[in-house]
Amino acid sequence: MKRLLKTVKSFTLWELFQGLFVTGRAFFGKKITVQYPEEETPISPRFRGMLALRRYPNGEERCIACKLCEAVCPAAAITIESEEREDGSRRTTKYEIDAFKCINCGFCEEACPVDSIVLAPEMHYHMENRGENILTKEKLLAIGDLFEDRIAADRNADQKYR
Amino acid sequence: MFEQLLSLMWIVAKILLIVLPLLGVVAYLTMAERKVIAYMQLRVGVNRVGIRGIGQPIADAMKLIFKEIIIPTASNRYLFIIAPVLAMAPALVAWSVVPFDDGWVLANINAGVLFIFAMTSLGIYGIICAGWGSNSKYAFFSAMRVAAQMVSYEIAMGFALVGVLLAADSMNFTEIVQAQSGSVLHWYWLPLLPLFVVYWVSGLAETNRAPFDVAEGESEIVAGFHVEYSGMTFAMFFLAEYANMILISSLAALMFLGGWLSPFQGIPLLEATFNWVPGIVWFAVKIALFLYLYLWIRATFPRYRYDQIMRLGWKVLIPVTLVWLVVVAFAVQFHLAPWFNK
Repeated sequence: MKRLLKTVKSFTLWELFQGLFVTGRAFFGKKITVQYPEEETPISPRFRGMLALRRYPNGEERCIACKLCEAVCPAAAITIESEEREDGSRRTTKYEIDAFKCINCGFCEEACPVDSIVLAPEMHYHMENRGENILTKEKLLAIGDLFEDRIAADRNADQKYR
Repeated sequence: MFEQLLSLMWIVAKILLIVLPLLGVVAYLTMAERKVIAYMQLRVGVNRVGIRGIGQPIADAMKLIFKEIIIPTASNRYLFIIAPVLAMAPALVAWSVVPFDDGWVLANINAGVLFIFAMTSLGIYGIICAGWGSNSKYAFFSAMRVAAQMVSYEIAMGFALVGVLLAADSMNFTEIVQAQSGSVLHWYWLPLLPLFVVYWVSGLAETNRAPFDVAEGESEIVAGFHVEYSGMTFAMFFLAEYANMILISSLAALMFLGGWLSPFQGIPLLEATFNWVPGIVWFAVKIALFLYLYLWIRATFPRYRYDQIMRLGWKVLIPVTLVWLVVVAFAVQFHLAPWFNK
């Protein structure tokens, strides 16, 4: 009986029609493609993209040259030199990240006691010449200024878990 | 002399009238394939070139035309060059006996089915020459596979055609179609249903389409017989494959779905309503139906294992056709109504 049923099934192409039915239904189904340059998928507030240095709202840079990020960086991408500023506070004279070494792990951001070094939620960037991979302090601060709104919003959204 | 020249030019004009639209359909069939398969995989497919991707086939053709044709030093030059021609020519020549409407046929020969069968068989030589001439392991494996597969499935296909000949009592396509007139139920898909299925399955195998595309087996032998081909030579194989697909579809429409006959024939009110539609439109609709089935099947079924292909061809399809041939023979002998009572 079982064998008979199997023979009938295979000669009526029953399972093949079932398969065709599945793809036939998908043909009219909702398409899930994201048309990339025009549309983008939503990104998490924890997204780790471009590196950036933040400032306080009064324009003072946050970094206090504690060098915790330099110590924690697993790829040794961060180089910091510091000295005393005229007003007596400790500040960096050199803060450089080699973007080629950086693995976007986000440890520096976790280590930072003043939320200075962050990974901005921006991923569309490129380099055209040699040497541009070295992100100097000026560049990092400029990136921070550019995306400050989004960086702050993301940090706020994730505040509970930080 | 002048009259001969005139008739020759008239024939050339007719050939162009067939071949040029055919190449256009081939181009857009590649796009339809990408679109249909994309839709079945919940993607949207090509939509960048032109409006909704309508320029994609043209862009593809331009790219292929401007690419370099590389001839491997180890290859057999003569076979390597002649192979794409051998693949392409039979696929186009076969169209000469296909009637597009009542009387719309380039060569109304009385052995049309035989001619088609010979031409589709010749197409194999292009692929075998390509596989042998390339002097490459993958191409050679593919040629071996194609040779065995096509020879096996040709038998089943031939028997399926014999059933049609038996039923229509003619080898001429126009007469085969006319023998099916009456209504949708008079078309041969119903009395010859097993042969219809066998014809379609062996048609898939003959054109090396999924799920029988071991000749190209991307996962095992890269691209099979055309690994060594580039640019226009590759495009020729591509064109031949798609032209063959359209040919097999049109033959299925002619022999089993009544060619250019209206599907509303015999239904009192609808027949009169759709009387103005020319037969070629119905023929095109039926071909499109089969082409869609080609793509649908490709999007659905995984590739057969090679020994399974052989088993299906020899141990299932050939016995089925033999049995049904006997049934058809009896039906014809005893003038079984409504199909064979003429």
